[in-house]
Amino acid sequence: MASNNGPAAGAPLAGNLPKRKGFMGWLNKRMPVDEFIAEQLTGYYAPKNFNIWYFFGSLALVVLVMQLLTGIFLTMFYKPGELTSFDSVEFIMREVSHGWLIRYLHSTGASAFFIVVYLHMFRALLYGSYKPPRELLWLLGMLVYLALMAEAFMGYVLPWGNMSFWGAQVIVNLFGTIPAIGPPLVEWIRGDYGIADATLNRFFALHVVALPLGILLLVMLHLVALRTTGSNNPDGIEIKEKLGPNGKPLDGIPFHPYYTVKDVVGVGVFFILFAIIVFFVPTFGGLFLEGPNFDPANPMSTPEHIAPVWYFTPFYAILRAVPDQRLGALLMGLAVVSFFFLPWLDRSPVKSMRYRGWVSKTMLTLFAVSFIALGYLGLQPAEGIYVLWARIFGVIYFLYFWAMPFYSRASVDPVKQVPQRVVFNAH
Amino acid sequence: MADNVVVADDEVDLSRRKFLTNATIATGAVGAVFVAVPFIESWTPSERARALGAPTELDVSKIEPGQMTTVVWRRQPIYVVRRTPEMVAHLQGHDAALKDPTSDKSDQPPYAKNVLRARKAEYLVLIGTCTHLGCLPKQRFEAGSPEMGPSWPGGFFCPCHGSRFDLAGRVFEGSPASVNLRVPPYEYPNERTLLVGADEKGAA
Repeated sequence: MASNNGPAAGAPLAGNLPKRKGFMGWLNKRMPVDEFIAEQLTGYYAPKNFNIWYFFGSLALVVLVMQLLTGIFLTMFYKPGELTSFDSVEFIMREVSHGWLIRYLHSTGASAFFIVVYLHMFRALLYGSYKPPRELLWLLGMLVYLALMAEAFMGYVLPWGNMSFWGAQVIVNLFGTIPAIGPPLVEWIRGDYGIADATLNRFFALHVVALPLGILLLVMLHLVALRTTGSNNPDGIEIKEKLGPNGKPLDGIPFHPYYTVKDVVGVGVFFILFAIIVFFVPTFGGLFLEGPNFDPANPMSTPEHIAPVWYFTPFYAILRAVPDQRLGALLMGLAVVSFFFLPWLDRSPVKSMRYRGWVSKTMLTLFAVSFIALGYLGLQPAEGIYVLWARIFGVIYFLYFWAMPFYSRASVDPVKQVPQRVVFNAH
Repeated sequence: MADNVVVADDEVDLSRRKFLTNATIATGAVGAVFVAVPFIESWTPSERARALGAPTELDVSKIEPGQMTTVVWRRQPIYVVRRTPEMVAHLQGHDAALKDPTSDKSDQPPYAKNVLRARKAEYLVLIGTCTHLGCLPKQRFEAGSPEMGPSWPGGFFCPCHGSRFDLAGRVFEGSPASVNLRVPPYEYPNERTLLVGADEKGAA
């Protein structure tokens, strides 16, 4: 794309695109194809010092596409309804050609989505990617995460196994703890006096139409915001502040071909691991697909102990650690919502952990440990020592967020000098 | 030609234009709220769901003393326990260990807002879903049973999150549930028959 005319810094690239003839010329007059590619891919400069943590954004996009494709095929065989759901899933598993594969891709894809998204979010915590000027990017990402949680929860209800049923019961009843409007709200969500056919059908509509549309819209806005501020990087340095003579960041390289090629490698590694799970351990020992869900829904029999799928268990552990139900539900909600406030809780003058002191590093490590520990505890029965540990890790979890305005200040946690240019050793 | 019609800037009544624009937006917004009503109401229980939620009958004389039976009303399990005099006696003396011994914060019809939480001491009628998050509490009727401890007066134990209730459905301290098990509206049309879902005030 380099042009000898040398556009002034910040000048739109479109003007320098070579005039095309034939079909592409016809197309470009009617839709800015070349201009879009030049602005968003070949002429979009991303920091050159990305590391392994930067695979997970593009991987999330790949998993999203896979979920949409496998989901479309599943709806061709799945029949929502109290009397048909469970049987139609068994039909997919046993009688539809490669139905088992399509369903395992979708169910494993759900867990893979959360693994990728959690790593993507951890990257943001590690390098301060939520800090100005990327607050909106972070908020949009968090909205995607919220929509994804709703999507995953409703998807889990659709097979209408016993864990689907009781999971829905527990989660929907959480809304009943809201003062005054709680009970009628729960009845409105269910559309019946219990989790029933009406509930299942509306969850199906939301899972296959409304939420995917919402997620796609939010992901698009997330990308638009990303292309506006540009990516952060492991050093937390704004590369746009050091421009070269061509008006492009000195520490940037074109997204295409450099990062598209790099991302393809990541996608390759991802699919190797993904295929191993799909073909050899699709239930992942009850973590990705839970045993009690192979029994049909039974409103008269609770499974021995109800645990959500692993990606919700950190929050579930917090819910159960509190002896008061309303406070428990409130703290569970706060555990998710706390992420939204990060851009304003973090008072450190630097973004990346590389240039922060031991206090911030220790807090982030403790947070990661308590997130994983809560995830484990949420899978265990709510008794004795498990509850005690859930309380301890729950406190650490909240301290990471709500003590941040104090411990992240330079006066508490002295920062190192941030270099002018990104740290990069050419291979 | 239309482009000959030029309005000078000072002839445009901007405040009038702004008022009309805002009035149009406001009217549209009100319209949108009204249009939303049928969609929101479509989520309430349908006529069929309401019909299926009609009262349920049970012949209580067939329950053995000390035993429990479950009937379904509005998709909820209704626990009906025929309490023995010993069971009733065990309901005294542990008020201090209860969160809401007099059922002030709990949900029950007025005729069940008493120590026994029932119309008749002999029969306990409860909605069998935990007031914590809706699991089904299990029977632990034996007083001092080994798994529940020597001070256990007999009652219910929720396997999901560990809430404990006595034989009047009253919740013990230390349970995640904060209120007693709910009591549905019910009445006895005659000596043997229990009607769940209806009382003097009519069907629920």
